[in-house]
Amino acid sequence: MSNGILVFAEHRAGAFNKITFEAIAAAQQLGTSLKQPVTAVVLNKDAGLAREIAAFNFDKVISAENDKLAEYTPDAYTDAMQHVVRALDPRYVIMPHTYLVRDFAPKLAARFGRSVVSDCLRFAADDGGSVVFSRRIFLGKIDADVVTEDESPVFATFQSGAFRGEQSEKGTGAPVESMAVEIGEVRMHPEPAFQEVKQAVDLSKADVIVAIGRGIKSQEHIALAEQLAAALGGDLAASRPICDAGWLPIDRQIGSSGQTVAPKLYIALGISGAIQHLVGMKNAGTIVAVNKDPEAPIFDIADYGIVGDLFDVIPTLTEEVKKLKG
Amino acid sequence: MKIIVLMKQVANKDAILRINKAATWIEEADLTYEVNESDGYALEEALRLKEKLGGEVIVCSMGPTRVKSVIKDALARGADRAIHVVGDELAHIGPFAAATILAEAIKGEQSDLVLTGLQSDDYGFAQTGVILAELLGMPHATIVIEVDASGEQLRVKRELENGWYQWYTMPRPALLTIQSGISQIRYATLKGIMAAKKKEIREVTPASAAPNGGSHQRVTKIYFPEKTKQTQFLGNGDAKAGAVQLAEKLRSEARII
Ligand SMILES: Cc1cc2nc3c(=O)[nH]c(=O)nc-3n(C[C@H](O)[C@H](O)[C@H](O)COP(=O)(O)OP(=O)(O)OC[C@H]3O[C@@H](n4cnc5c(N)ncnc54)[C@H](O)[C@@H]3O)c2cc1C
Ligand SMILES: Nc1ncnc2c1ncn2[C@@H]1O[C@H](COP(=O)(O)O)[C@@H](O)[C@H]1O
Repeated sequence: MSNGILVFAEHRAGAFNKITFEAIAAAQQLGTSLKQPVTAVVLNKDAGLAREIAAFNFDKVISAENDKLAEYTPDAYTDAMQHVVRALDPRYVIMPHTYLVRDFAPKLAARFGRSVVSDCLRFAADDGGSVVFSRRIFLGKIDADVVTEDESPVFATFQSGAFRGEQSEKGTGAPVESMAVEIGEVRMHPEPAFQEVKQAVDLSKADVIVAIGRGIKSQEHIALAEQLAAALGGDLAASRPICDAGWLPIDRQIGSSGQTVAPKLYIALGISGAIQHLVGMKNAGTIVAVNKDPEAPIFDIADYGIVGDLFDVIPTLTEEVKKLKG
Repeated sequence: MKIIVLMKQVANKDAILRINKAATWIEEADLTYEVNESDGYALEEALRLKEKLGGEVIVCSMGPTRVKSVIKDALARGADRAIHVVGDELAHIGPFAAATILAEAIKGEQSDLVLTGLQSDDYGFAQTGVILAELLGMPHATIVIEVDASGEQLRVKRELENGWYQWYTMPRPALLTIQSGISQIRYATLKGIMAAKKKEIREVTPASAAPNGGSHQRVTKIYFPEKTKQTQFLGNGDAKAGAVQLAEKLRSEARII
């Protein structure tokens, strides 16, 4: 009988990343709901980091060790996790929905003849022990409740921000169990990670940001938003598709693969509000959203919203701002 | 170089989505469709690699008859031929089942490279490509933003989080999931559209939409997310009035003007 919950603790450059603690909170809450023990797994060349995470409330910590785990590759991680999952036979394997997990978790699940319930926001467990996962579909516009008819193990990932890292419980020191894992041929050879040369525009210090999304429709219309930004004394920014299309340089992009900003005022014009955009701007002081779709997810984090055509809103708003500023 | 590009058709991003009566999916009757965003970039990358290195680009799309429009558009942009995996239910299967069927449909091609988008804009599983690589026994890389296929080994640049990047080297054949923005997408030309009419579209009908005994993830209900923030909506349908009120609020409440 498979039992327990296994949580994957991700680390890079010698430290756990923040979302790992969110995954731990998710796994612990699932464990409480289902009355099942939670075990953490750390993949590494030695037990150093595993001892660190043992401070959390776990049944035990598995330190899966092999020299090939010194750096991340999907081949090595998949082999190692497959070994651990087979050895522990957990009911659920919980992971954070990071770029690294996206890169190997589907491969791992495929080894068990299934896929991952990916990018979840919540779960609901009933007395009978069945679990409903909720995940966001259509780029954040709709939620879907999902059940899986899989035998164990069920693989699930949770989206950044779905759980609060501070809610992960500390314990009295979980035992750390070293497990030597077998890893076959590793076909990918990573070079050291790097950052591009410093960006020309630093939006992190901007007080006011006027951001445009695909709703702006064409490059010529960007001038409209520029005039509004000028009237407000702010900077222009954009969602990814605008930069992908080459309408604005990449250093104007806000989001998980762009800049993270926290201005006093963020005006989102024709931006739908996909999670990858929201993570870059949700800490702004006042958020304004203009969108013709009343269900656009951007409204979920907006202080002020206008449901309507941005081409009606921008010129009027620019005029009004100029008037008020005198 | 023989390159296969997987292209999915999804609901138009500008479509106003409505939930069906059973709350199991969106109302599809009056929906318009387009190609999944990152898949368009995967095709563009394949066409550029072919221009540089020679070879053939084959697009593969799975779903009902309507996905033919994605295929025709890809052929008009310059793909050489296509595989259509036909089936009404195939737009709604989980990523393991999808990858199993797609693997069956393309494995006979013995391609050097398989390109997919990094995730679908409807279900958003972000898995089909990676599972397919595993089923085909290929190494893979995800969220790829640059491809160098000129050498013996494939060298690709991957996007990591928070502005970090990394180059990977791997042998061919390989599968890459492509990130949007990898290069500027070309438009189909009139000449391309004419030429497309003569290109081959091979239809494949899988024996079952549910290989390995069925769906592993079943959607029981869909709904609009609960709003957690008290948003003040301005203008009440009149966008210009909303703009006037907004300027006033930014002055009096938010104190930004
Ligand atoms: C790994 C990964 C990383 C990513 N990184 C980022 C990132 O860093 N930053 C980022 O922004 N995205 C990122 N994305 C993409 C993200 O998922 C979305 O696709 C993107 O943010 C959508 O941009 P958008 O809102 O401009 O476009 P859409 O989603 O197409 O939204 C356009 C909006 O405009 C509205 N609209 C249209 N016309 C009008 C009009 N006339 N008036 C008013 N409203 C109108 C529509 O109703 C719609 O809501 C990433 C995706 C992935 C998978
Ligand atoms: N029905 C399909 N037909 C063709 N390609 C698909 C299909 N479903 C998924 N894909 C490919 O797999 C990628 C990832 O999809 P997903 O796993 O659903 O996020 C997409 O960007 C497509 O390239």
